[in-house]
Amino acid sequence: MSLLSFFNRRSSAPVARERLQILLAHERGIVGGQPDLVAKLREEILAVVRRHVMVEHDNVQVKMNRDADISTLEIEVEIPAPVGAR
Amino acid sequence: MAKVLVVTSGKGGVGKTTSSAALGAALAHGGDKVVVIDFDVGLRNLDLVMGAERRVVFDLINVVQGDAKLSQALIRDKRLENLSLLPASQTRDKDALTEEGVARVLNELREKFDWIVCDSPAGIERGATMAMRHADVAVVVTNPEVSSVRDSDRIIGLLDSKTEKAENGDRIEKHLLLTRYDPVRAERGEMLKVEDVLEILSIPLIGIIPESEEVLKASNMGSPVTLNNPSSAPGRAYFDAARRLKGETLEMTIPSDKKGLFGKLFGRRAA
Repeated sequence: MSLLSFFNRRSSAPVARERLQILLAHERGIVGGQPDLVAKLREEILAVVRRHVMVEHDNVQVKMNRDADISTLEIEVEIPAPVGAR
Repeated sequence: MAKVLVVTSGKGGVGKTTSSAALGAALAHGGDKVVVIDFDVGLRNLDLVMGAERRVVFDLINVVQGDAKLSQALIRDKRLENLSLLPASQTRDKDALTEEGVARVLNELREKFDWIVCDSPAGIERGATMAMRHADVAVVVTNPEVSSVRDSDRIIGLLDSKTEKAENGDRIEKHLLLTRYDPVRAERGEMLKVEDVLEILSIPLIGIIPESEEVLKASNMGSPVTLNNPSSAPGRAYFDAARRLKGETLEMTIPSDKKGLFGKLFGRRAA
């Protein structure tokens, strides 16, 4: 180990923490043995909304957060401004 | 009223059996009637850690299948008369644990004991799901290490979905027990800190057990660390955790065996 690498040594715990946060955010989407729950919800919500309003695929955001007391399902649908507005 | 407590983790080797024995003994030391049950069918070890390996005659599966009475299978601890052990079978298959059978045994135990501590096997298969199935309270044993934290997260998900309480729309009480913690290494940035693990897993902390030679010494002797050396750092930490399980509010500390500067700095306050 060179002197330089000694001084450049980064703490490993923050790396562990960051890796876990990213991994678990992904894995928590798997609820009750159902993989890709978030992706499925996204598709179905999009289909329902599209029956009435045309929305772009990318304009639907589905997020799932698990916390100590409550878990939340956050759905954000961006609806385009009606034609002729403005 | 009797409480069924599951000691679980997902990952193996993090201290489930050590913690089951230590918490069980600490609760019994306080006067409660306690039974610890080994759910690790085929790989039992709670008997060995508690020093009762030569007294096993009948086991959990014998009782589940009706081949032995509960009173024949229960082993009373030689040090604490209000502490008992129900060992796992070493020869049978884990499939012998039927849900109805386990429920029946637990109901019978509820009438005799204040605490029923279920020592879960590692993994997420039948033995582990049976151990958590009827629990009122869960202690999730976690090491400050990535694979352990990930597996604990998975187990927390199962506790919230596959237990009887969860299925009835109830919420199972979950607590984090951080084991093998080294405050010096955590402070140096070499180990996940208490706060990191708490933030990631989002369940309340019931205790921090410091890494200590005393744990191996106790298992060598076949005695829970809370009985083998109650004044040792892990001994005190487990006693505090047991008191919190009983509803007491205590300041969270990381007991230390050494009275160094770090012990003084970090032994007092944490999390």
